[in-house]
Amino acid sequence: MTTDAPPRSPSSYVDVQNSREFAGLRKALRGFVFPMTVAFFLWYALYVILSAYARDFMSTKIVGHINVALVFGLLQFVSTFLIAWLYERYSSRRLDPAAESLRARIESGDVR
Amino acid sequence: MILAAASAATTRNITITLFIVFVIITLGITFWASRQTRNATDFYAGGRSFSGFQNGMAIGGDYMSAASFLGIAGIIALNGYDGFLYSIGFLVAWLVALLLVAELLRNSGRYTMADVLAFRMRQAPVRTAAAVSTVTVSIFYLLAQMVGAGALVALLLGIKPGTTFLGMDANTAKTATIIMIGALMIVYVTVGGMKGTTYVQIVKAFMLMIGAIVMTVLVLSAYKFNLSSLLGDAAAKSGKGDAFLNPGLVYGKEVAGNATQTFYNKVDLLSLGIALVLGTAGLPHILIRFYTVPTARAARRSVLWAIGIIGAFYLMTLALGFGAAALVGGEAIRTQNTGGNTAAPQLAQALGERYFGGDIGGAVFLAVIAAVAFATILAVVAGLTLASSSSMAHDFYANVVKKGETTERQEVVVARFSALVIGGISILLGILAKNLNVAFLVALAFAVAASGNLPAIIYSLFWKRFTTTGAVWAIYGGLISAVVLVFFSPVVSGATNSMFPGQDWQWFPLQNPGIISIPLGFLCGWLGTVLSREPADEEKYAELEVRALTGVGAH
Repeated sequence: MTTDAPPRSPSSYVDVQNSREFAGLRKALRGFVFPMTVAFFLWYALYVILSAYARDFMSTKIVGHINVALVFGLLQFVSTFLIAWLYERYSSRRLDPAAESLRARIESGDVR
Repeated sequence: MILAAASAATTRNITITLFIVFVIITLGITFWASRQTRNATDFYAGGRSFSGFQNGMAIGGDYMSAASFLGIAGIIALNGYDGFLYSIGFLVAWLVALLLVAELLRNSGRYTMADVLAFRMRQAPVRTAAAVSTVTVSIFYLLAQMVGAGALVALLLGIKPGTTFLGMDANTAKTATIIMIGALMIVYVTVGGMKGTTYVQIVKAFMLMIGAIVMTVLVLSAYKFNLSSLLGDAAAKSGKGDAFLNPGLVYGKEVAGNATQTFYNKVDLLSLGIALVLGTAGLPHILIRFYTVPTARAARRSVLWAIGIIGAFYLMTLALGFGAAALVGGEAIRTQNTGGNTAAPQLAQALGERYFGGDIGGAVFLAVIAAVAFATILAVVAGLTLASSSSMAHDFYANVVKKGETTERQEVVVARFSALVIGGISILLGILAKNLNVAFLVALAFAVAASGNLPAIIYSLFWKRFTTTGAVWAIYGGLISAVVLVFFSPVVSGATNSMFPGQDWQWFPLQNPGIISIPLGFLCGWLGTVLSREPADEEKYAELEVRALTGVGAH
């Protein structure tokens, strides 16, 4: 089924998993995505909770008929675009090169 | 009266013509794609030959369903600000998919969601659970699309209770449409597979974006591109004043003198918010899209494109919804469809009359936008049917029934047969559910996906100790609790707008079960793991993690 996979015994994956380079890659990935996930989730939760419980605050008018609720909602769009862009930048600078070099070395059987 | 009748007949003819043109074009693409579909990878994953941009468009096509176009515009048009909550939740949800799921899934899976869930587990129980969950989520989602199709047709063909169309009464005509849409989608999937479906999604996303952009520009130009005066006019026409622009007309409603009900309403709003943001990364038809690109990097790029396209679209729902409230008026919308599902096409008609020369202009623009909405529904239904038939064939038939002893050819035959059966079931259920609200139904599908699929996916990718028992408990625990809570909620019985308004077996107070069933899914996965006797397969986890992070051995 997996003819295009490199012919390696399972134990060698454990070796790779225990290697320093791999630990570094995992740390780089998790160090970015976990805190970022917590951050956007809390930011979104704040918006939902304010919509439910802080109606007067959300209904405050800022300019004309534009109120806090609308601006808060639009800021969720801005933060989503921003985080997506930050992640792309981080990935292409930090994660992709590390993953590619590790992959090349695994395929040549060079990781211990 | 005569003019109005002539205009109605013209609309009808133009709409039907445009719709037939769209069907012919997409069928042509599908047949062309079917001649390129040589093996299982072509059928399930479109040969993994799509670029990040193409797949991003296709994800947009898969994701922006009838709920997004018809449902959100309708809720905003009738109830103002609260509809925007859907737009925000549906968009922010993509960050879960981008940061935690897309690339890792692409690297470690092959055709279906279960490839990743079952990677380091015993195959049969996990794949069975995943297939059950995939089909359940897809059916919830399919229902919503069918309902959208029914509402749209009633508007287009001028079908109202008491009128006839081609000798059919209103009910029969709606039923006939649902059967027709269902039959078409079966053709798309069984003939074209993933390649055909992906091209249909791309064409549809393109049409939908153009349609939404044109409508947005026309709405805004009616208010000299001043958002504030659009909002002010919408609020004034709604008859609800400033409350129309504030949160609280439908969700988290405060009931004077009834603290318990107020509490439930607020919790229901939180529940909806959680379901929306966690649902996307558990939707099987979205997850399998990551397999249509060659690399993890392309999977990431496709999500970025999708976020851009979908975000732009959801920003425009503000103009569409408030525009419909201001230019069509809540009364006219409610008369046509109590759920507001026809607000966007009605807005198109109003804009056409205003900018493109009277009744005929209105008729033409309505027809164009209606054809776009049809395309939207058709494409989403095809994507959902493909996801669930792939799971039945690849997970259940090939790996559980045949224990891997099958040819790719047999698998594709089973997938096509499953598409036929699931298509048939969804046609039947769509007919039964034809009077329900669209965006709301999709939010239920999100809750079911977030409860049944997301916990197992997250644990599989990130938790070393996760076991087969944990995976099975996570899927069934989340899935069953979500479905059971919906069944005993006011959605199904006990309220005036329930599916069975005359019956009452309701005891669960919330409309959306997410706030209970999603944590329960995570809890069951954890409990199943710590209570199971078998240890986790650490070697397989090493393989999964190394492959997921580096792309070694990716298909």
